[in-house]
Amino acid sequence: MFANFDFDVIVRSLPYMFYVGMTFTLTLTVAATVGGILVGTALALTRLSGFRLLALPATGYVNLMRSVPLVLMIFWFYFLVPYIGQWLTGAAAPIQVGPNWSSVITFTLFEAAYFSEIMRAGIQSIPRGQVAAAQALGMTYPTVMGYIVLPQAFRNMVPVLLTQTIILFQDTSLVYVLSITDFLGAASKVAQRDGRLVEMYLFAAIVYFIISLAASRGVRALQQRIAVIR
Amino acid sequence: MNYHWNWGILFELSPDGGHTYLQTLLLGACWTLATALAAWVMALALGSLIGVLRTVPVGWLARFAAGYVELFRNIPLLVQMFLWYFVVPELVPRAIGTWLKQVPDASFYTAVVALGFYTSARVAEQVRAGITSLPRGQRLASLALGLTLPQAYRYVLLPMAYRIILPPLTSEFLNVIKNSAVALTIGLMELTARARAMQEFSFQVFEAFTAATVIYILINIAVTFAMRRVERKVAVPGYIGAQPRAVAR
Repeated sequence: MFANFDFDVIVRSLPYMFYVGMTFTLTLTVAATVGGILVGTALALTRLSGFRLLALPATGYVNLMRSVPLVLMIFWFYFLVPYIGQWLTGAAAPIQVGPNWSSVITFTLFEAAYFSEIMRAGIQSIPRGQVAAAQALGMTYPTVMGYIVLPQAFRNMVPVLLTQTIILFQDTSLVYVLSITDFLGAASKVAQRDGRLVEMYLFAAIVYFIISLAASRGVRALQQRIAVIR
Repeated sequence: MNYHWNWGILFELSPDGGHTYLQTLLLGACWTLATALAAWVMALALGSLIGVLRTVPVGWLARFAAGYVELFRNIPLLVQMFLWYFVVPELVPRAIGTWLKQVPDASFYTAVVALGFYTSARVAEQVRAGITSLPRGQRLASLALGLTLPQAYRYVLLPMAYRIILPPLTSEFLNVIKNSAVALTIGLMELTARARAMQEFSFQVFEAFTAATVIYILINIAVTFAMRRVERKVAVPGYIGAQPRAVAR
């Protein structure tokens, strides 16, 4: 079964897979997490603002993103972003952004919908009395949100946000459909060049497994620490 | 924007010669649904079994089930698809491997198996959550009444647990439908793949993707609506009733 298993192909392509591939995977994960949480928090605040004119489009956006497959959204943005760029900058022709930037924008905007649901739950978990008390003390809306509600909401939701980040980390492998050299893309390119599909895909699976498992263990440990403090 | 909209493209003949573009998209939607439904049946059966095993008072069975869940939850779905499609046929005995590679519609069966296992780990977690959310007394009381452990699960624990986890199961089912799009990487011509093909042949990018998006949303709404009805139908009067509001999206 493993008789003609070629470990050497893995060793030979380690630098390529990690320096090129894993660097992109992790960059994309971090960028989309940070961007997604920022945009997601803005979406959540908009939905909870009480202005229907703002809340309805935000709700529609979140529901739209959550009812279509990520793969379809990757294609959507890949073709749409150049036109949006042209519209924003007033350029004469669609702006070429390339698959790497396109994927960063896609994941940020797509994951923002999921992060916004998490932040919405976090904001709603803060007792209403706190908001009322802060307003009674004369705080304005930005002060209430920035100093009272959001810090607590964010802190309460850190484990959930991190779990979503692990899911995001796994989902970044889908940039394969744009032929980007992320970790799986690198493994896949070596696999097809050397005809070593078995070794490369098994190795990729093991690496993803170890990272995700370690990360989820870490989140669980963190969750218990936070639970004790509260 | 200098994009030339042409919605009429949906009713023009596609390169396959027999269908309009819209018809090819709808055929793709059928493949999406067939894949998702078959994978869902598999995930529900396997996931229920593993979820139950995680809660049984037998150490090694519970550990096996926990390992199963970790294995299928911590590898990206796309990688799992590749493993089933490219790697498994090489690792099994040669005769079986050759047969596997020649099965017609191999990408469909592979997608079902990969999605089924992937989703079963998630279903297992839901089933476990449902069982552990029941008051401890229910298990103790049913055992004290002389039910065997399997009977306690069959007649007391599982009927309640399934009702509790119906809303999260609904979103898991919606996830299977969405995740089936990943199967385009192994050549399954489901809805997203058809939209991509239509874009490549006709150059009408946004019409193709808009049509696919609308079809996905319609499927989503239909499933959510149907599951709400199921929830109401199976509700136990006075116990869970209409209480847990469906967070079904």
